[in-house]
Amino acid sequence: MTESALRPEHAVVDEVVTAGDSWIHEIKAGQTFRIVDLGGNQAVDTLFYSAADTAERYSATDTIVAQRNIYLTTGTVLRSNLGNPLLTIVADTCGRHDTLGGACSAESNQVRYAIAKRHMHACRNSFLLAIADPKWNLTKRDVTANINFFMNVPVTPEGRLTFEDGISEPLKYVEMRAEMDVICVISNCPQLNNPCNAYNPTPVQVLIWN
Amino acid sequence: MPLWEDTIQGGASWSLLLRRGNLLRLEDTEGGANVATLLYNRDCPVERYNMPDTLKAQHVAHLTSGLVLYSDMGRVLASITDDSCGWHDPLGGFNDRAAVAAKYGEATYQEHRNAWYRNTRDNFLAEVAKYGLGSRDLGPTVNFFSKVAVLEDGAMEFIPGNSQAGDFVELRAEMDLLVILDTGQHPLDPNPVYAPKPVSFSVSKAAPVAPDDPCRLSRPENVRGFINTERYYL
Repeated sequence: MTESALRPEHAVVDEVVTAGDSWIHEIKAGQTFRIVDLGGNQAVDTLFYSAADTAERYSATDTIVAQRNIYLTTGTVLRSNLGNPLLTIVADTCGRHDTLGGACSAESNQVRYAIAKRHMHACRNSFLLAIADPKWNLTKRDVTANINFFMNVPVTPEGRLTFEDGISEPLKYVEMRAEMDVICVISNCPQLNNPCNAYNPTPVQVLIWN
Repeated sequence: MPLWEDTIQGGASWSLLLRRGNLLRLEDTEGGANVATLLYNRDCPVERYNMPDTLKAQHVAHLTSGLVLYSDMGRVLASITDDSCGWHDPLGGFNDRAAVAAKYGEATYQEHRNAWYRNTRDNFLAEVAKYGLGSRDLGPTVNFFSKVAVLEDGAMEFIPGNSQAGDFVELRAEMDLLVILDTGQHPLDPNPVYAPKPVSFSVSKAAPVAPDDPCRLSRPENVRGFINTERYYL
């Protein structure tokens, strides 16, 4: 657990992303980016890309292999597919974030819950809509394994993966410093089939400081 | 009866089109092999193997017989129909030029000819380009024959000796697949020496998927995954 001294009134960006909505924004090298879990145990599905070349992007496997640990928290360097630091987590009052659980999709909801769930809103549709403007130079090929801030997805030594009750609470936050100019894409998860958010998706706050 | 048998040398890549209903058997001929593997729907390669969907649908962080490999579209790309070693790694990704140089040093082609040190990322880039794909299409791999255990605190531990000489794994294609393979060493393999191992492979016809197929029935999620897959080929 690491707290931050930064004050919201000094932020240059301070917005609320409602449940089921997406958010795409550039974060400059040296800026600090915070996500606040306003309601508690909300999954914030997040992807990062190098703004200079979007073919360079967040890589879950490069990130966890470099630190030899699957959980993300203070000190974790979020690495690209080229092994470069995109951002570094500098404060975290939740304590653990997931990068193995991926993002829900209409199709994976069919597999996980029921064939009839296909119509339900899902993160990957939010991602695809967020990147639809050609100016971002991103397509479905770029929607890779993401970070789930505030999600608790433990792995056991026997190789089981479980979705446990959240360890986050209202107003817990995670904060990271950009190490290069990045594009951040968030889907504030709309999942209604999963007890990890108490079946109640809630808004999150995003802030950026110079 | 194998239709095709061949060997992939250590540190080398390979690609093949594997038709729905065909079986790909990989065998670790010397022990200690690693096969980084990417799968794509060959008719629409933007549909490809998805690590998180595979893990969360089956509540696993390792792969073995009875489990299946999911695409990002809720369909089953391939089933693991047989496996003698019990654990294949989906978490460790693959190495690149910098990682190989840092760990093993450099051995150039100019000096060493085909004994030079290769890396999986560059091998993949060359291999997927043959099908019109590139860096944006590379993602988490299945690393056949390698084991990475995750300890209580989240630490990742490479377990040497997971695969012995003669260990094998069989993949039954449930869709028409583009299969990309590379036999570079696992990124977490502590061996400080560049010594990637060869694997042999064979392709044969699989028996039709029975209604009580163990991979289909191993999880209720997989029943639905097979339904989605069958509807794709109506």
